[in-house]
Parts: sequence; structure tokens; C-alpha cells
Amino acid sequence: MSDFREVNIAELRHLVSERALSGETMLLNMGPQHPSTHGVLRLLLELDGEIIINCIPDIGYLHTGIEKNVEAKPYAQSEVMVDRLDYLNPLGNNLVYCLAVEKLCELDVPLRAQVIRVILAELTRINSHLVWMGTSALDLAAMSTFLYTMRERENILDIFEMCAGQRMMTTFIRPGGLWRDVPVEFEAAVREFIKILPKRIDEYESLLTNNPLFLDRTKGIGLISAEDCTRWAIGGPIARASGVKYDLRKARPYSGYEQYQFDLPTRTEGDIFARYIVRVEEMRQSIKIIQQAIDLLPLGPTRSNNRKFVPPPRSELGTSMEALIHHFKLWTEGYAPPKGAVYAAIESPRGELGVYMESDGSPKPYRCHFRTPSFTNLQIMPLLTHAHFVADVVGIIGSIDIVLGDTDR
Amino acid sequence: MLESLKPAVIALQNEFGAEVVEFRDEVSLIIQPEKNIEALQALRDRFGFNFLIDVTAVDYWPQETPRFHVLYHVLALDTNALLRLRVPLNGNGPSLRTCEGVWPSANWYEREIFDMFGIRFDGHSDMRRIIMPFEWEGHPLRKDYPLGYEEVEFTFNFEEINQRKLHPKI
Repeated sequence: MSDFREVNIAELRHLVSERALSGETMLLNMGPQHPSTHGVLRLLLELDGEIIINCIPDIGYLHTGIEKNVEAKPYAQSEVMVDRLDYLNPLGNNLVYCLAVEKLCELDVPLRAQVIRVILAELTRINSHLVWMGTSALDLAAMSTFLYTMRERENILDIFEMCAGQRMMTTFIRPGGLWRDVPVEFEAAVREFIKILPKRIDEYESLLTNNPLFLDRTKGIGLISAEDCTRWAIGGPIARASGVKYDLRKARPYSGYEQYQFDLPTRTEGDIFARYIVRVEEMRQSIKIIQQAIDLLPLGPTRSNNRKFVPPPRSELGTSMEALIHHFKLWTEGYAPPKGAVYAAIESPRGELGVYMESDGSPKPYRCHFRTPSFTNLQIMPLLTHAHFVADVVGIIGSIDIVLGDTDR
Repeated sequence: MLESLKPAVIALQNEFGAEVVEFRDEVSLIIQPEKNIEALQALRDRFGFNFLIDVTAVDYWPQETPRFHVLYHVLALDTNALLRLRVPLNGNGPSLRTCEGVWPSANWYEREIFDMFGIRFDGHSDMRRIIMPFEWEGHPLRKDYPLGYEEVEFTFNFEEINQRKLHPKI
């Protein structure tokens, strides 16, 4: 391990001001090893004293080449890597991947599977927002919130473990339905969880919402307007905190979201505090959706009966020759969708998560591109941090809610 | 095709000679590379496509020419109409005009395409690699770029493999 290359200022000359070149302002690296960058993010800050003049994000430290790997694996195997994209939203990643494959193959999804998908996707959203709330409050020196939010997150992970046998990288949602039906305890566990959560959210709010120290660090900081959100392609809670009333669950519904009643919490301030309020309110709306979905939960199959794409149930293998052939074909060769390209998107906890998937008629995806919300959202760092203090950068990164696995893919 | 998409599609067909491809209710328009900015500008200013969802590329080496397609996904927030523009690009080191002037959010997407496919964007404000390390050679998402693997080390070939590594041990 010998070669360390010094970064030449000439490479960044077009990004920094003249004052930096003459040595009047200071260039300072924040990260990649920094506890409040939520992973490995490097920010090159140009500072005038303690005021930020420019902020240049540098990403790629967590690049795992998922898009390249997906091209070399059959559709069924590729899905496993998709969990690792946004590790706080693994089921959402599965869902969007499956929606793309289903669109490509024109697969049907049974009603029960759709409802369970919605429940799991909303639990994942709550999970992600809980982690966000804990960590971003921790960055602003509110230690105890983290401990409480992790306690509730544990319950969600227990539910995932109950369904899939895995706590985070579940790969539970499969093209054409689910891996298997949920266990009988699932319904009771979800009902129990959504019964206690509203009180717990009130508890977190009592720690933060009226806390003067928290308000000082969040109000009026990291402002972005609604027009800028649209220009910079920002979606999700950041845009809704700036007054853009747009949510894919309402605008372009998938998995039957059109049948659930819920509100879109919006604010118009566009600062860190507005994003905090929007996310807290979103958790309450998610509970509302889960409540409706669990009341609705119909009985029936959880995967499509289209045997050309979806493996037959294990029980049929001993008695049916066709089932055995399908099983063998699907697990050795895989399935080949028709030639074409589709784009599928869902509302992830961070914004629009999309997949562009192209098939050339072979059992492996020809191209699979993930349009990840963290990648887009991180782009506005220079806009948000301009003329703020160094200490505010920490709060702003927290409020964008980045997941570096999602950014770097 | 969605009703809300029709005026935009017809206008682009007439003015820019766009070719329409429909698959699974999604509309793709094939636009020649000389007209990419004008087409995007027209979509934004005249047809309300105010949101650039995504810019990406596909490599069709070796079976097709033109080799690359650059894809733009644009969305109209008011009508939820989604449109895909495909721009075919010939050659191994092609370039295209940047659409940073139309949507600033294209900045990082175009950097990513440059990094992964080696397609240059003329007039881009910051044409550096974004995801791969800056001294990296090659463009990983091209089809002629091998996936790569780690050689399995045993005691009998440890030294030999070690010597081939970028940073040999000892």
C-alpha cells in the first residue's frame, strides 16, 4: 500500500472561487471517515472563517458495481443484490425491482400478495424514518432519541425476521408475488406494533419538536424553494417540506395504493425543521395505511400461477411432472422476458426510486439502471449549505437523509 | 398512449423527426443527437415536462450500431405523463451536448454516464469521474469491459498471484 496521490488543486480549479486559489479561504475535507456523514461521504468545504462558501460532495466510496453485476446474473439472482442498494429500505428495493420485472413479463400479482407488499413497504418506510430520526437527532447532540427509535425499529425487524427469516436483506418480495405466505403470527404482530407506535411517536416528538436547542439548530437552516426542488429533480419528504405536493403513491399508484386513504403532509418552509415535521407526520400516515391494509388482508395465494416465470410450490414437485420441469428450468436457466425496456418507480422513504430495465430476450437483464433518490438529493448540498456555519452542515446532511449505499450503488 | 402525451409526441415527430416506440404503455421517442437539447427544451417549455427524472445510457456493443443510446426520462408533474427520449450515438468515444442548461439536475447524471460509459458531454461544467476513483482506467458499464474476478489463492500459487496484484503484500 504505497501510492497515495496528492489531489491537485488544478483539478478542482473550476469548482472553487478565486479566493481559494490565492489562499484567502480554506479548503477543508469533511469525511469520508466522519461520524455524522452517515457513511462514507466526503465533502470538500471551502471556508471563510466558519462560513461555508462552497461545498463539493465527493461520492463513490461505497460503489459496489451492482448495475454491472446484475447484467451477469439471471433475474432471480440479481434481486438479491438489490437489497444492498438502500440498506434502510430493502423491501422497497425488492418491490421496485419486482414491479419492473412484472411489467416486463406482464405478470399478475394476487391480491393478498399486493396487500402484504403494501404493509411491508410501509413498515420499511417507518423503519427508515426511525433510523433517520435517531441518527439525525444524534448529530444535533440529542442522544436519547436514538436509543428510543432503535427500540421500535427492533420490533419492525422482528416482523421482517418472522416473514423472511432475515432481519434486513430479506428478498421477500419476488416477481409475481412473495417468496412465501406470511406466518399466522404476522397479523397479530403488526396490529400490536401499530397500536403502540402512535404513542411512541408522541414520545419522540416530546423530546424534539418543542425543544429549544433542537429548534435553534433546525429552523431557517438548509432552505430550498419549491421551484428549486423541481429544477433539481428532488422528490420525497424534502420536496414536500418545500411545498411540492407530490407523492408517487398518490400520483402514479402501484401495488394498489389507490385504495387506501391517507394524507400527504406538506409544509412550505423548506428548512430542516419542516423536513423533520413532514417525516414524523409521514410515519403517522404510514400507520394509517397499515391499519387499512391489515383490516383488508384477504385470503388467497401469494404468488402468481404463471409457471413460466414463477416457480411452482414445493409440495407439487413430488406429484407433478410439469412442476418438476418448471422448477428445474427456472432454477437452472431462469426465465427470459420479451425484448423491450420498462421503467418502474416507487415512493421510497427518500423520494422516487426507479428502475430502468431492459431485456434483450435472454435470461439476464441487458441493462438495469437504478434511479436512486439519495444520488439526486445529495446534489443540492452546495445549495443548502451556502453561507451556513460548518456546524449546520451536520444537520443538513441529516435532513437530506442520505444512504450512501443508495448513492453509490 | 396517454391522451396527455399525444400533443408532445406529435410535435416532436413533426419538428424533430422523432421515431415513436411503444412498449408496455411506455412511449419512447428516438431523437437524433444534434437535436437533443432543442427537443428537451421544447418538452419543458411548451408541454409542461418540468421534471427530469433520470438520464442514463445503454451500450449495444457489439451487435448494434449506433453503439450507445443515451436515455432521458422526463415527467410532467401536473399530468403525470412520463416520456422517454432515446438518443443514439455512434462511435467508441462519442460526445453529446449537455442538458445542464435545461435542468441543472442533469449534472451528476451526465457525470455518471461519462464515468460508466465514456460518453463526453460538451459544455458540461464539471466533467470529472463521479463514482469510480479519479485514476481509474476504462468505463465499467461498457459491454466490452470485463466483469472481473478475484483469483483463488492456494499455497502453491500464492506468490504468483500476489505479484500480479496492484498492491502486492510484502
